[in-house]
Amino acid sequence: MNWSPARLRQPSVIPGFRLTLGFSLAYLFLIVLIPLGALLLKASELGIGGMLAIAFDARVLAALKLSFGASFVAALINGVFGLVLAWVLVRYRFPGKKIVDAIVDLPFALPTAVAGITLATLYAKNGWVGALFGPQTWVGSLFGPKGLMIAYTPLGVVLALTFVGLPFVVRTVQPVLADFDAETEEAAASLGASRLSTFTRVIFPALLPALTTGFALAFARAVGEYGSVIFIAGNIPMVSEIAPLLIVTKLEEYNYAGAAAIAVVMLAISFVLLLVINLLQRWNQSRMRA
Amino acid sequence: MDGAPRSNDATTEGPFLRLGLSGIALLYLALFLVLPLVAVFVEAFAKGLGPFLAAVTEPDALSAVKLTLIVAAISVPMNLVFGVAAAWAIAKYEFWGKSFLITLIDLPFSVSPVISGLVYILLFGAQGLLGPWLYEHDIKIIFAVPGIVLATIFVTFPFIARELIPLMQEQGTSEEEAAISLGASGWQTFRRVTLPNIRWGLLYGVLLCNARAMGEFGAVSVVSGHVRGLTNTMPLHVEILYNEYNFTASFAVASLLALLALVTLILKSVLEWRYGDEIAASARH
Repeated sequence: MNWSPARLRQPSVIPGFRLTLGFSLAYLFLIVLIPLGALLLKASELGIGGMLAIAFDARVLAALKLSFGASFVAALINGVFGLVLAWVLVRYRFPGKKIVDAIVDLPFALPTAVAGITLATLYAKNGWVGALFGPQTWVGSLFGPKGLMIAYTPLGVVLALTFVGLPFVVRTVQPVLADFDAETEEAAASLGASRLSTFTRVIFPALLPALTTGFALAFARAVGEYGSVIFIAGNIPMVSEIAPLLIVTKLEEYNYAGAAAIAVVMLAISFVLLLVINLLQRWNQSRMRA
Repeated sequence: MDGAPRSNDATTEGPFLRLGLSGIALLYLALFLVLPLVAVFVEAFAKGLGPFLAAVTEPDALSAVKLTLIVAAISVPMNLVFGVAAAWAIAKYEFWGKSFLITLIDLPFSVSPVISGLVYILLFGAQGLLGPWLYEHDIKIIFAVPGIVLATIFVTFPFIARELIPLMQEQGTSEEEAAISLGASGWQTFRRVTLPNIRWGLLYGVLLCNARAMGEFGAVSVVSGHVRGLTNTMPLHVEILYNEYNFTASFAVASLLALLALVTLILKSVLEWRYGDEIAASARH
């Protein structure tokens, strides 16, 4: 290796380095980085004080709380059920398993607007599922005289975000569980561990990095989600209005700087998330190798 | 993917727990995924075949279908060329800042679709940085097709690249080096050596990229201006009809998109089952 710090790349006989890297960088700058730069430029017109004033405006704050809070709850739900799903898909045999496995990816493939109108229709007061929780039903009456309203409440937001985040945990846990060494489990069992303690003390710790990665991915996706949420949310300011919708509202009012400021606040939080995800993935990979 | 079935009692759960866990998993999927999917088609045909056909053959619906196809036909090939170029540069050479570049390529995935549309408004909109110049030269990007294409390219940017990068990294450089040393040109090497190795991964990436390109809502919604018959894609048309309380027509158009999703899932699964080894397992999602 005649690599030296002065050379930024190692020599290779394969041609095309300048062409492919040059094109990739040009495309990356034109499509992604320059437009994102324009966003920062626009937001900077307000200055730090102006940005903070917008971020701490009561309506914006409520929207940010809802977006991040509902995303967190949705990711948590998917963490639990995603783990169960991955477990069942890897460990058990049942007819139609391949189809069940394939359908897990539906939220990736189904356009968000389609998911949005369908969930809103299903969970509305008179929808297939929503009607089950109405005031006249037994289940609904448990929640008080009005029954349990799902659509057009924060609960509807959580529901839609749970839908879009469903595949992440399953798909990150599945390969780790499939590669998990059976001998480790046998050893634990032969040393007298119960099934439960084998799971909590041997299997679960090994799955934890993948589980956290899946959780973080689902969370990050949910925070920015728009299409599947706006139909079911009802979009009541201070109650069920998500942050991305507020950006759209500001745009419609021609308040470009305001829209940019909310976007920058959201991006800053998402950027931190991306860093955390990368670190988690590295942790995950190093554990899988070990 | 299939773990070996375990008969050993010590390393599996009791029959009731197995049944219970399977029941919970399947119920969760049925409630969250199967039920909505069924509901789309039920609502679409709620008033029979006639209204369904009327809704999907109406001129505004047809122009929405056409625009959706045009947008995908531009944005997918653009991202395909980028994906191949970026994966070639990243997988075949060692250079400084590579992992940072990979992070940047993934960036659009962690940006809200609404923000992906917003950035182009700030750049090309009437009050945007280049807005006055574009206005002078009578070029329309925002509230027009170019804006929709740009926003779609942005949100689908990483799909093909992130599929190909791990795949080509795994395959290494020895085959290409052999071809070059035997006198093949760079282009010949790519076409005869690299392309056959990555074709299924490439197709897999194109499939996912296309599904997102045709189904994108948030980013496109921000830049489109919702002009019926002109800047309406299928997802936007679904929204307009739904907001007009024209539910049957809305679900009729939505059912076409749901069908696209189903076809995508089937093709994706077939690729995974038949060519799983040739599609980078680490990139599965």
